[in-house]
Amino acid sequence: MENKGNFFLPGQGSTVAPDVDALFLFIGLASLIIFAIVVFGLIYFGFKYRARSKEVVLTPDISHNTTLELIWTIIPTILVLIVFVWGFKTFLTLNVVPKDAIEIKVTGKKWFWTFDYSDGYTSVNEIVVPVNTPIKLLMSSEDVIHSFYVPNFRVKMDVVPNRYSVTWFEAVEPGDYNLFCTEYCGTGHSEMIGNVKVLAKNDFATWQSQVGNDADSDMPLEELGEKIYKEKACFTCHTLDGSRLVGPSLKGTFGKTEKLTDGTEVLVDENYIRRSLLDPGAQIVESYPPVMPTYQGLLSDRDLDGIIAYIKTLKQ
Amino acid sequence: MNTFPETHYLNAPEKGIKSWLTTLDHKRIGVMYLWAVIFFFLFGGALAMIMRSELFFPGADFMTANFYNKLFTLHGAVMVFLFIIPAIPAGLGNFFLPIMIGAKDVAFPRLNLASWYVYLAGALIAVLSILLGGFDTGWTFYTPYSTSTDSAVISVVLGAFIMGFSSILTGINFIVTIHKLRAPGIHWFSMPLFIWGLYATAIIQVAATPVLAITLVLLILERTLGIGIFDPAMGGDPVLYQHFFWFYSHPAVYVMILPGMGIISELITSFSRKKIFGYKAVAYSSLGIAFISFLVWGHHMYTSTQSVLASTIFSVLTFLVGIPSGIKIFNWLATLYKGSIRFTSPMLYAFSFLILFSIGGLTGIFLGSMGTDVHLHDTYFIVAHFHFTMMGGTVIAFLGGLHYWWPKMFGRMFNEKLAQILAVLIFIGFILTFVPQFINGLHGMPRRYFMYVEQYTFNNQLSTIGAFILGFSLFTAFANLFVAIWKGKPVGDNPWGVLGLEWKTTSPPDPHNFSVTPEITHGPYDYDKVLAKPTLDL
Repeated sequence: MENKGNFFLPGQGSTVAPDVDALFLFIGLASLIIFAIVVFGLIYFGFKYRARSKEVVLTPDISHNTTLELIWTIIPTILVLIVFVWGFKTFLTLNVVPKDAIEIKVTGKKWFWTFDYSDGYTSVNEIVVPVNTPIKLLMSSEDVIHSFYVPNFRVKMDVVPNRYSVTWFEAVEPGDYNLFCTEYCGTGHSEMIGNVKVLAKNDFATWQSQVGNDADSDMPLEELGEKIYKEKACFTCHTLDGSRLVGPSLKGTFGKTEKLTDGTEVLVDENYIRRSLLDPGAQIVESYPPVMPTYQGLLSDRDLDGIIAYIKTLKQ
Repeated sequence: MNTFPETHYLNAPEKGIKSWLTTLDHKRIGVMYLWAVIFFFLFGGALAMIMRSELFFPGADFMTANFYNKLFTLHGAVMVFLFIIPAIPAGLGNFFLPIMIGAKDVAFPRLNLASWYVYLAGALIAVLSILLGGFDTGWTFYTPYSTSTDSAVISVVLGAFIMGFSSILTGINFIVTIHKLRAPGIHWFSMPLFIWGLYATAIIQVAATPVLAITLVLLILERTLGIGIFDPAMGGDPVLYQHFFWFYSHPAVYVMILPGMGIISELITSFSRKKIFGYKAVAYSSLGIAFISFLVWGHHMYTSTQSVLASTIFSVLTFLVGIPSGIKIFNWLATLYKGSIRFTSPMLYAFSFLILFSIGGLTGIFLGSMGTDVHLHDTYFIVAHFHFTMMGGTVIAFLGGLHYWWPKMFGRMFNEKLAQILAVLIFIGFILTFVPQFINGLHGMPRRYFMYVEQYTFNNQLSTIGAFILGFSLFTAFANLFVAIWKGKPVGDNPWGVLGLEWKTTSPPDPHNFSVTPEITHGPYDYDKVLAKPTLDL
């Protein structure tokens, strides 16, 4: 990303960012002037009228000055009304989706993002979009409220269960941008971080054709599994180093016998892993919360084979 | 040399713990409130220290995400419901409201004691939830998270519900007291401005708290009986909860700040020995803030899927509620003009308030404006903003008020030099803690994050260092006050040499406030006519 941003704000990655930042600058300068007046007044009066001796003195009766009071009521009122109208106009820009926007369906779920493209492709935690193209996001949640936030785009909208919310952006520069969940959603809230990958138009076309051709078909299974582990953000809950997060670590798990919450025991084999991915609530290892979402429909049979092969490589 | 009065509320009519627990004396009830709120403040502060330590590095250091989530939730809930809402009105207000209007007590002394017990019961039930495993919803209890998490939500919500009644009872008591029990000669517009602050606060407490109570009951019903009100899985609407919640909780921030502003009016006039500039403007602005505060709750919800029209209306009203606060700042500043300013510890807190609260107010403009709020909502900018207003505002005012009135309440003086140094250190620690959070927020760091992306490390570390300076100085400031109760030297009736009616009685005050009915010969701010000599050489 060329535009690195400055001390106050992150780089401008979308068409609306400069508009929003102009308002930031205006409010910032106006506030700074008012703040300077207050601080200067405190220092100046504090010094000039400090009590010079311990003697108690009478002070003048100054309790009104109509002109002064009108000034410090009217000027701030005018300023905030300007800010209000300006903020309203910017808000409209942020809310009115351009007609020719490409629509992508966004689903928030504890604790990852799923993106469904119109051509049937689905990705997890990474949304790939072309540069200089308005993108409309139609969003909803499958559990609690999440919020879709890309600081570089100055875009944020809550993702609510049982209804759709809409936002949009048009990226202006290829690159990778952080996507944060900003509505507190529990254990994995601070790890519900996705990536917005903005590609140049021809790169995007290449990417699209690769997705269509299933470029992973000749990849070895272990590599495919590792790729999925990263892409689908399995690492949010499952480590590779044996340490415990929301879910059990994948290290050395294959071939182990685990005690389940219902008291029975199970051997971690191919079928257990497959079932855990497609119907995660069925067999939960003891002491872990039943929070893993299902990947039914998100993983092909070959993907499942890949993950199993990858887990087999993670020996003690 | 000042002497300590023989009979005062601390030893008369009786001594001993039982006489305190059954007391109807508003002063003793005020003191009991103060012990409770100071305890919870230090407790909530300790939680903040643990959180800031964890946030020193980006990753997970010495706790789990679930533990951190419970920490920030408890910190918020304790600070809001157990500390800041009751602190000034129920603590200092209870003690000084009747004295400042020349009354013997509040209108309903039994109700007053009852409200303390209700508060304590609510607080204990809320704290009990820690033993039940804690709760991890954030102090806002947003649905459907709060109805689906398996943590101990019901007990804390029940606690907040019960404490709401304490708040309502105190509010009613204050309104009636101010209307009915003013001493002859004290008119509405010759009341101290602290009383105006308490009056506006009481109105909000009585009118808004029931809405919170109802909301919390609905939440409990949904969790226990599965009635779908907010949870979409049961056909409810989660955004409805946010409307209900903020309908109370936005006016509630004025419950927190208005009494603090009242204290600042007292401090500025007392230590510049100057009549308040624009008495009526300050008094009316309190009422104005109280009324408009009911109509701005939707500015918490610009990104909640609320309609653009609703957001627009809330935005313009939000800006209007900011104007009276701005007017107050300018009035206080103008009061200093041609005064005789003494930089005692309470005055240092007042100056600190004016600077920190100005920053808190001005950064609020970024949030009231819809276009910029979208970027800042739910980031550390919000965290910094409300700490500047609530802590830089209310807590600093509370500390200023404590230092100002402590000699009156306990008849003994704390170490003033130390208190001045600590006031400055608290200011520095505060700035260092929360200014970096503004920067991180502007760069998009979301709030309630247990771990964070590496780019935010530097400002988090500054913030943690500031928090430790702040925590250490706050703790020492309270220690300084408490040591004074035993070690301080007697202060006389009027240690600061100021005109308020509370300084006409003994320190500590007589059990009936005044041994003879006070004669009102001047207003609380008549520094142009009346000289008051300090009884203590500072």
